[in-house]
Amino acid sequence: MIGKKDLEHMAWLSRLELSGEDKERYTPKLNSVLDYFSELDEIDTDGIEPAYHVLPVSNVFREDEVSVPTCSLSQEEALSNSPKKQDGFFKAPRMM
Amino acid sequence: MYENPDGVMIGLEVHVQLNKLKTKIFCGCATDYHKDPPNSHVCPVCLGLPGSLPVINKKAVEAAIKVGLALNCRIEEYTQFYRKNYYYPDLPKGFQISQYDFPIASKGQIIIEGEDGELIVRITRAHLEEDPGRLVHEGTIDRSKYTLIDYNRSGMALLEIVSDPDLRSPKEARRYLDKLRNILEYLDVFDGDLEGALRVDANISIMGGQRAEIKNISSHKGAERALLFEIVRQKNVVRRGGVVVQETRHFDEAREITLSMRTKEEAHDYRYFPEPDLMPLKVSGWAPEIKETLPELPDARRMRFIKQYGITDDQAKSLTGELVWADYYEQVLKIYENEYGEKLDPKFAAAWINDYLKGEMNYRGSTLTYAVGKVSHHLIWHEYTVAILGLLKHEKITDDNAVIIFRNLLDSPRGGSDWRPVKKAADSAENYVMRILEEKGLLKVEGDIVETAAFEAINENPQAVADYKAGKEKALNSLVGAVMKKTKGGADARKVREILLVKLG
Repeated sequence: MIGKKDLEHMAWLSRLELSGEDKERYTPKLNSVLDYFSELDEIDTDGIEPAYHVLPVSNVFREDEVSVPTCSLSQEEALSNSPKKQDGFFKAPRMM
Repeated sequence: MYENPDGVMIGLEVHVQLNKLKTKIFCGCATDYHKDPPNSHVCPVCLGLPGSLPVINKKAVEAAIKVGLALNCRIEEYTQFYRKNYYYPDLPKGFQISQYDFPIASKGQIIIEGEDGELIVRITRAHLEEDPGRLVHEGTIDRSKYTLIDYNRSGMALLEIVSDPDLRSPKEARRYLDKLRNILEYLDVFDGDLEGALRVDANISIMGGQRAEIKNISSHKGAERALLFEIVRQKNVVRRGGVVVQETRHFDEAREITLSMRTKEEAHDYRYFPEPDLMPLKVSGWAPEIKETLPELPDARRMRFIKQYGITDDQAKSLTGELVWADYYEQVLKIYENEYGEKLDPKFAAAWINDYLKGEMNYRGSTLTYAVGKVSHHLIWHEYTVAILGLLKHEKITDDNAVIIFRNLLDSPRGGSDWRPVKKAADSAENYVMRILEEKGLLKVEGDIVETAAFEAINENPQAVADYKAGKEKALNSLVGAVMKKTKGGADARKVREILLVKLG
């Protein structure tokens, strides 16, 4: 069961600000998602190796060659979606 | 036996940028961004734009295995990537692709010189991850109004090497870092001179208390300073009856203090989950072949130097402690043999190269480097050293003159590049050195001139002569000094002494 504390913790981790009303609304919703997944617990997985990927594929590599034509964007393109920028940098609020 | 009075326990997490690779770890962006404008080596993958997909660089995996093997680690049969989730502006995606419970290498060790002899420092693990972007703070991190971000560094291949808390002092931590960097240089996987090539987080506790994690350490000296500060801080907390809390602290390099980051996220909750866009790796089978390609590592080379060249342990340690010096030493021996058709006495060479030249350069804060055009670095071409040692060996110049020539080379502008011989053959370097000696009137002075100088010195210093005859052995030194002065250092001090002794009867 997800309680109010869990919800607040998750919201903080995701940097989401939830109102009291939001919290009332989301708690049962998240619990129903969790319930749905709990159906998986009913499956007997004894003796089955955990699968970290759904595909039976491993060792997919790229050679260490700079892509041609270049995959890099121009500085202007790179910054084009940023609301705040300065001297070619992205600009963000202070850290501490 | 080192008693470790404060019960200091230090473990280090070293982030090594595999910057000798041509491209980043998950995309084809070039890694040579260091002199370029910010955000000019970025693409949808390393900017974390929606819909972009990472593909791992094969060479990065090979380099990680190489380092793992050199650190005596086990290379895991199965290794995979995870998303480490946290919000910080240096991570454009909101998560860092890293490794978690299946690191590529684990359970290794490095042997360092500890407080009381050899110390085995266990390596917990080494794992691959992507480098975050670079943050630029206006002023200091705690007072800055805003943060500027350059994602050129984002997605550089990083190997995080984590040690067990086996280090017992800031000095041992520094030696560990020196040794690790030394090994990495031998492996040719990174260029330690590039900015941000090696970054350290340090975990430190005292007297069994909680540990603090110090971030933002960018040099070996910085690590030592940060840890020294932190020990004093933690001791003060305990002395005032307080309890050291587990927290993350930021090292302010300029002020040489650590600052609490004061974030709520002290209990790290990274919500790791497998990175669905990258397939697992099964690469332990590469290890035997890669092992074959490992170069001779520092410890092995040191032992060989002692055995093969008969030099002292200290000399061997000092030379092999920096790859460039070990190579320089052996190259001088080789070039000398080619040029003169005879072997150079390796002990004689070690005395000049290690005991003299290395000290002379350390004193100047210079680093030996092969790179040309780095203004901040000095270099002495091998040919000059070969020529100078050749002249010394054949008694054409004195030790004093060799020192003068070396100093001239070191102090000449642009790192001695204007001293470069036209032809890179030892004979032309030798001619060049001879010409400089002639111009400066420093050629070795022999025979009659020394005799005359000795005669004059005795006549001009009756007091010293009297003192010597009265049994003051030291008075002879001032007479030798007078002769050397008259011959501008061109005479052989040992011979001057002999001549004076004969003359004084």
